[in-house]
Amino acid sequence: MAENSKSAEATVLNTKVLKKLKGAFQAFDTKSDNTVDIKEIGTIFYSLGFFPTQADLQKFTSEVEDERSGYIHWDRFLPAMTKVLLEDKFPPISDELLLQAFEVLDKEKRGYLEPEELTNYMTKEGEPFTQEEMDEMLTAFTDEEKKHIYYKDVIPHLTLERKM
Amino acid sequence: MGCGVTKAAILIQRWYRQYVARTEMRRRYTWNIFQSIEYSGEQAQIKLYNFLGYLMDNFTPSSNERNLISHIFRENEVCRDAEWERYFCYKNIEVPEIYSGPHLTFPLTVEEAVGLVEAFRNKKQQLHSRYVLQLLLETWKLLRMFPNINRISTCHSKEITICGMIKIFFDSGGKNGMPSLEKPYVFNGDFVDRGRDSIEILLILFAFLLVYPSNVYLNRGNHEDHIVNLRYGFTKEVLNKYKMHGKRILKLLQKIFSWLPLATVIDQKVLVLHGGISDSTDLGVLARVDRHIVRNQHVMSKAVIYSSLSLQSISRVFQRRASFTYPKPMGTRYCFQNRSLQDFSDRIRVNMENQLELSRREEPTLNTQINKPEQESLCLSTDSVSSDNTVDEWKQILDLLWSDPMTQDGCIPNEVRGGGCYWGPDVTEDFLNRHNLQLIIRSHECKQEGYEFCHNRKVTSVFPSSSVTGFNRGAYVKLGPDLVPYLIQYQASSMTRELTVRQSVGRTERSALRVLREQLFAHKSDLLCAFRKFDSENKGLLSLNDWASAVESVMHLDLPWRMLRSQLVTCKNSEGTIDYYEWFNELTFFFWSLQHIDQSLLEMLYRHRSTLETIFRIVDTDNSGFISMQDFRQTWKLLSVYLKMEITDEAISDLAVTIDSNHDGSIDIDEFMEAFRLTDKKSRLERGRSMFMGTRSGCLTANAHLKRRKSGQNAAA
Repeated sequence: MAENSKSAEATVLNTKVLKKLKGAFQAFDTKSDNTVDIKEIGTIFYSLGFFPTQADLQKFTSEVEDERSGYIHWDRFLPAMTKVLLEDKFPPISDELLLQAFEVLDKEKRGYLEPEELTNYMTKEGEPFTQEEMDEMLTAFTDEEKKHIYYKDVIPHLTLERKM
Repeated sequence: MGCGVTKAAILIQRWYRQYVARTEMRRRYTWNIFQSIEYSGEQAQIKLYNFLGYLMDNFTPSSNERNLISHIFRENEVCRDAEWERYFCYKNIEVPEIYSGPHLTFPLTVEEAVGLVEAFRNKKQQLHSRYVLQLLLETWKLLRMFPNINRISTCHSKEITICGMIKIFFDSGGKNGMPSLEKPYVFNGDFVDRGRDSIEILLILFAFLLVYPSNVYLNRGNHEDHIVNLRYGFTKEVLNKYKMHGKRILKLLQKIFSWLPLATVIDQKVLVLHGGISDSTDLGVLARVDRHIVRNQHVMSKAVIYSSLSLQSISRVFQRRASFTYPKPMGTRYCFQNRSLQDFSDRIRVNMENQLELSRREEPTLNTQINKPEQESLCLSTDSVSSDNTVDEWKQILDLLWSDPMTQDGCIPNEVRGGGCYWGPDVTEDFLNRHNLQLIIRSHECKQEGYEFCHNRKVTSVFPSSSVTGFNRGAYVKLGPDLVPYLIQYQASSMTRELTVRQSVGRTERSALRVLREQLFAHKSDLLCAFRKFDSENKGLLSLNDWASAVESVMHLDLPWRMLRSQLVTCKNSEGTIDYYEWFNELTFFFWSLQHIDQSLLEMLYRHRSTLETIFRIVDTDNSGFISMQDFRQTWKLLSVYLKMEITDEAISDLAVTIDSNHDGSIDIDEFMEAFRLTDKKSRLERGRSMFMGTRSGCLTANAHLKRRKSGQNAAA
């Protein structure tokens, strides 16, 4: 029964998308045995252009994980991903909204944010960053001289390579 | 207000996470590219040996060519130990007053060894050649006293540290500390060819070995080999840094490498070695081999005999070497096929097996006078030749240095590396039982996390970070009396921390892509063929999918071509199709200087570039950096015969003339290779030169540039 539904789903997705999924999956299949670590599921999703919430990710993971082994097998990944695609569960967010989002945080409309401010928001609000994520973001985006984050410059980097 | 902030925060967080994920994807496929290129490089290595073996076996050369071949293989230093010591004598090398680097006295002290580390790491100094030679001589003398398999025990100290490479001192900031009486180390091979400071690293390694001979243990790796060094750039590094005495240093290092022990056993229970094992690995046999004789240069050594014996008997002797070839395995993880060389190896193999049959009926006629034990550079004893032992011994060592573990049971040849095998958990089990061991610790494979367990945790792979990709983690092992391996991970060079994730990925990615473009160019005719198959109506256009499929079918590199497409192809039509002729033009654009040279020659050059370079450097026996025009021509001819490619004498002459810029009848190898180096379009533009597409004007400019070079001005490539 699993085989039937698998092939049905395979035909539902066109080959292009299927290959893209396979490519993304294989990039993390470090042991070459058609499994990926569950911790990488978020990365795989994001790299495919989806925007799941952390809760979404957890739910997805729990449904497809191989008996708590910490790994997900391709055979379970594919049908679950197909569902996601067909149901358009995690639609992309327009990059215009991104600018507005930054402007909401930049209350005084200075055109930039201070590192401490950004840290405050990112680690306390929404789906908080880990310390590691925060450090990385600051290293990546803080202007070296002024020590500010000029978000208008940052946005093009974040939204680069959106071609599917 | 608060709600708005939360929403905004979530938005930004998600975008950022996506960005990071994409970067991670790019990092991974960059990693794949490097791995695949690196492995195919190693595979090409073994094929080089095959080529050289082919020369010996199948060539009935004219006297000219025979000269070249014996020239290639001649180790004209057939002398005794005393003569070697004289050759390497450092005593009349003066250290000038202005020399500000470290001074060494022998026997070496700890302070001096530590001083070396300081000098190299922090002050970026270079050790004077006098001290280098002295240090290496002492090392050589010491290593000759060691057995093939080191045996150590944990009872004298708390823990033994096992490292893939001594670079740990440079990379992790020396966190584990230098070797000492309380801190024994085992260094697991591949000391060189991994960066620009290979010679410095070796010197430090040997310095500590001399200071603590019972606390520093070295295992040979597959890079501790003369030919491999030639290919991977270590030879160049030494010759550049030590212009006067570089050749002697290299010769001495050759000897040292051949004397490196093969493995280490700890407490009779844990085996540490560089590569791995096979189903035929026998530690007893390995303990008894003459390790400095049986080395990868088997082919080279036999050539000494060649010059004094008839071709016929030589062919027979060489064929014995050939039995390490195997039938084709199934299910390799990656398929790298440098096809023409591969095809050829297969044909040779068949040939050889036939002749092996014939030769088994006869005794080889070997001049026994040649085999005097003192004549070290001669690398066969009568015993090993007259039986199949030589081959067996060589295979044993090859397996030790080149093998990789796999998840399935069994033992199959390692086609990716071109040497050694893939061995499975059942082989591990059997091997450990037979030798009464409990664990194998090895390196050889680059692991992203720096380490990996497999075979029921009976095999541990530990790898230091690679300077090639620069940003993977490294690891080393600490082993105490409980013989449970503790793994310590560290992040690679501090440099990467300064760069953002984005930047370091970008930088590495650019060089990976450059390498990839070269490979694509090198397979242009095959690609064209494949494209035409998909393009039935001959429109010159392909869909993205077809393009990717065609490329994969030719390149066999198992890379995500669709993802790479955006970086490899810029000429895309609005309908999403690719004009592949246009794409080839784009690729060729990178090779501006070479459009007047025969295309098929060019392709061959790129495809086998590193092999070619290695061969040139072998031909250049005095390591001068120059080879004669005649040798140059003959080398090309030999290679073209081997590869079954049609290269006219004229084409080769054109090539030679182009390169011999001062018309003195000799060719600067570096210049030759430089002329064919792919240059990055962007960097050229940045340097303000306006080069352009493969148009006529481009050609003219190219010729003009060459003319400038010929007149001796050094226009930077």
